[in-house]
Amino acid sequence: MSFNDALNEAGAKPAGKRPYFLEPQVERVLAITMSIAQELAVAHQRADTLERLLRAKGILAEGEIDAFTPDAAASAQRQMWNQEYIARILRIVQQENEAAALSDDVASGEMADDMVRDAD
Amino acid sequence: MADPQRSNHPAPEYDGPPDYRVIGRHGVFPETSHDEIERINFLAQMNRHLAARVVPGVKAAYEARVAPKFAAAHGRPIATRHEARKAMLEDPAFCTWSALRRMTMEQRQQAGRWTAIRQREELNARGKALIEGDDRLVLNPALEIPRYVSAVDHHCMPGSYHIEYAPDDFTNGANYDHAGFVTTGGLLGKYSDGGGHAVVQWVKKNLPDFAPKKILEFGGTVGHSSLPLAQAFPDAELTIVDLGAPVLRYGLARAKSLGINNVRFVQASAENLKDIFEDASFDWVQTTMFLHELSTRALRNIFAESHRLLRPGGIVLHVEQPQYAPDMPLFEQAMRDWDAFYNNEPFWSRMHEMDLDAEMERAGFDRSKIIHGGVYGVVDREIFPDAAEDNTEDYGRKAAWHVIGAVA
Repeated sequence: MSFNDALNEAGAKPAGKRPYFLEPQVERVLAITMSIAQELAVAHQRADTLERLLRAKGILAEGEIDAFTPDAAASAQRQMWNQEYIARILRIVQQENEAAALSDDVASGEMADDMVRDAD
Repeated sequence: MADPQRSNHPAPEYDGPPDYRVIGRHGVFPETSHDEIERINFLAQMNRHLAARVVPGVKAAYEARVAPKFAAAHGRPIATRHEARKAMLEDPAFCTWSALRRMTMEQRQQAGRWTAIRQREELNARGKALIEGDDRLVLNPALEIPRYVSAVDHHCMPGSYHIEYAPDDFTNGANYDHAGFVTTGGLLGKYSDGGGHAVVQWVKKNLPDFAPKKILEFGGTVGHSSLPLAQAFPDAELTIVDLGAPVLRYGLARAKSLGINNVRFVQASAENLKDIFEDASFDWVQTTMFLHELSTRALRNIFAESHRLLRPGGIVLHVEQPQYAPDMPLFEQAMRDWDAFYNNEPFWSRMHEMDLDAEMERAGFDRSKIIHGGVYGVVDREIFPDAAEDNTEDYGRKAAWHVIGAVA
């Protein structure tokens, strides 16, 4: 099972220094916000899928959602989802921390100069 | 009309990427849950929104604020694309768009990697079952990955095309393949092969008598643009050369499961194939959206190899985004340069200003036999947007390319 690998590696920093276009604090918050925007869209589409399926089958009754209690296995799945969700949203924090441990990370624009010089 | 539940034509006025669910699957395509699909749909719509509704504002800000401010400060107008880009870095419109565009790419990588890594063992087992013992995959574990590839991961894809996370790993091939839809918004079609079909269409139209038997593609990765060549010339043998083992493994498994068998995948550097292929042993050498991922030295070596490997009368074709020409507005050049500086495509800027005709000549081709053309992605227009008719400009991402080539 690669759940932990995915948790640790999905948001890995690519080689190459990250450019910042705004104040770093602002860009960090915007990055987190955009990840939340993405996950909200996903949640909306999932709820919409469910609603359409349940309506089509005449299955869902009033109050059932509020009365729902997950069993132990469902609870574990739902908590793992929360872990994945947080790792996804806090991608930029992971990447900034990975960058902090690198001494020889080069920016794409600087690398370009090397690549041209190397030909001469 | 298809079942409206599954249709990609939700409304006649809808204009945008199709639902990811139209994408073509195959034997090593990762499984995608409902939410993983919707994550990709959201990100494809983000790119669409940025291109269609944010970029026009960046352009307006350039004209109304950036260019006049520069002219006032320097007593002259902006003269180069680098001046244009640096001046735009002072302007919030460009910076906000840039930050959002970069984040969308990072989110795409995370989404794609999540899907690939969470099922890595199953994916690798499935892939292995498809290609085990097949001599059409030739890997070279001792191959050195050059610094121009390893120092900066292409388009922010951790591990680029070459890093392996396990023995016989397919992960980075799977990530590259299944979530590329985010960047192209479906413009490359069901199997991301619109570039390859465009090349075939161009060749059939412009070189009707060309009947290649041996075709070689450099930097073919998982074969998106390559397989259409093998399909169009079923009597030919297509060899794909790439540095990355994960994409080559994935490429062969993918090709076989799609029923395309006249292909071989070889791990090697296209800069030097002397120990692998003899002089004049190919009828056709092809690259598609590859040149911008090379260094100057590598590009020259690869051009020279293409010349060495072609038989007399053979054809080399390079498909790329258009070069920077004096008549291309500086704003457009600066926007196209974005990938070089902010999307880990370091060579993009330099490559698009090179005199490629001179480089072809330097490699040994006769200037009078140089080929120029233009192609658009060829896709199933029932389902996918048509690049030729799409007026949205997503600088550097659109499926509209230039062809430069030569007859050996």
